[in-house]
Amino acid sequence: MTDIREVSVEELRHLVSERALTGETMLLNMGPQHPSTHGVLRLLIELDGEIVVNIIPDIGFLHTGIEKTIETKTYEKSEVMTDRQDYLNPLGNNLVYCLAVEKLAELDVPERAQAIRVILAELTRLNSHLLWLGTSGLDLAAMSVFLYTMREREFIQDIFELVSGQRMMTTYFRPGGLWRDVPEGFEKAVRNFLAIMPRRIKEYDDILRFNEIFVDRTKGIGVISAEDCLAYGLSGPVIRACGIPHDLRKKQPYSGYEQYDFDVAVEEGGDVYARYRVRLKEMTQSLRIIEQALNRLPKGPVRSNNRKYVPPPRAEIGVSMEALIHHFKLWTEGFKPPVGHVYATTESPRGELGCYMESDGSSKPYRVHMVTPSFVNLQALPLMGRGLYIADLVAIIGSIDIVLGDADR
Amino acid sequence: MGLEQKTGNMGIVTTKLEQVVNWSRTGSMWPILFGLACCAIEMMSAQAANNDMSRFGMELNRASPRQSDLMFVAGRVSRKMAPVVRRLYDQMPAPKWVIAIGDCASCGGVFNNYAILQGVDEIIPVDIYIGGCPPRPEAIIHGVLTLHDKVRQEKLKDWA
Repeated sequence: MTDIREVSVEELRHLVSERALTGETMLLNMGPQHPSTHGVLRLLIELDGEIVVNIIPDIGFLHTGIEKTIETKTYEKSEVMTDRQDYLNPLGNNLVYCLAVEKLAELDVPERAQAIRVILAELTRLNSHLLWLGTSGLDLAAMSVFLYTMREREFIQDIFELVSGQRMMTTYFRPGGLWRDVPEGFEKAVRNFLAIMPRRIKEYDDILRFNEIFVDRTKGIGVISAEDCLAYGLSGPVIRACGIPHDLRKKQPYSGYEQYDFDVAVEEGGDVYARYRVRLKEMTQSLRIIEQALNRLPKGPVRSNNRKYVPPPRAEIGVSMEALIHHFKLWTEGFKPPVGHVYATTESPRGELGCYMESDGSSKPYRVHMVTPSFVNLQALPLMGRGLYIADLVAIIGSIDIVLGDADR
Repeated sequence: MGLEQKTGNMGIVTTKLEQVVNWSRTGSMWPILFGLACCAIEMMSAQAANNDMSRFGMELNRASPRQSDLMFVAGRVSRKMAPVVRRLYDQMPAPKWVIAIGDCASCGGVFNNYAILQGVDEIIPVDIYIGGCPPRPEAIIHGVLTLHDKVRQEKLKDWA
């Protein structure tokens, strides 16, 4: 085994101020094992009493080497890696990866597949926001909301299991469409979910909005201005909470989002409470999108007919020689997109999720780079947290909604 | 069961020390509040309303390793995280147990590369491995119950 080295505080000394070196301020290590860092984030905090002077995030504790591993696998096989990157948005990661491959290979995606993708991507957004709501409440000592949101998450995970056989890491979207069509009970399950959810969202809001402690600890905390948001390149609910209606589903529609009627959730204030309001509004908007997509769900195939990229249906293999050859070629070698590079981008629950892909004409990607919102948004944490109490930091980390798998990859 | 029941009514139960200690250990095993990656989400599901792991005396997650008996290694352990996991394990007071949740913690899973430990048992002893990527909450509960079975069979001479 190669050597495993422990990073010490000493190594981060050059990042802290002179006052810390003389002992005037205190250096405090928070994480990587800490109940409120939402994963394995480590923060080196410089404290003046209880006031935060500076925050130095130390990431990489969940570095998984996903981008490098993708280079060693064929385009189809490396898709399973993307699920596990931002593990609260598995289908959204699949989506951005598939969009990049489809752009590279100029693959067409049938209407039905696009509509199902939208439904599942929005369910994933709800899933992610529900977990965020629960854990953020938990951080601020509102325990009950966690139990409620986890109850509703089970509905969504049951739907994922129904369509793909897996609760979380579905790999259901494939380049050129979907793995298979949705099963019979899908529409009923989603409608059932749509029927109960609006009431539940109101319930969460009632629990938290009238909770004095929650409101006191979120209003006016972690404020960031719209200019700073733009300067730091933030995206997602964080930027929308500053009054900037930036949503890639509207700005650069993908997968047929332009057909759906929904509002971009915007709030003023830029504090933790505004981010909470934005996410709650987004949950309602996601329900609207799902309902519209379900109502107009077209009939037809769910996979592209391009046999050079998409394996033929199972039934055809027994009767068609070409189908058998295509199947064999696709599963032994994989497909070979033309030389070139593309950038595809989607709106993940956390912000702009992009996938840059470079092809050298072989069956394996030459380079895949994921542009992840958690990584970008995390850099605003010192800006938001300076000058506040250390207890407020917990609320701020929660409100940025970072997923360390997403930041470290 | 004859004598046991009768004496039980009198307020006296005869049993083996081993048995009573093991029984009490399985009754309130406090896990450390420590999640790494995807499997931590399913671990939370297992502890939340629908699956409710507190039925097995595990409702209390302790944020400090010094107060916990059980470590769930929920997710992939990177090489940067490995010393931290080991230190947390060392800080836990004995008796302590480890459950590796999911393929990554058990054997590296899909990540056979430079960044991920090929199984957390490279750095700490593991009692129970739970397969799945990630395992269902039911599987996690089954793993916990399997650990309880294991603890019930522990011998006095092994502790001493």
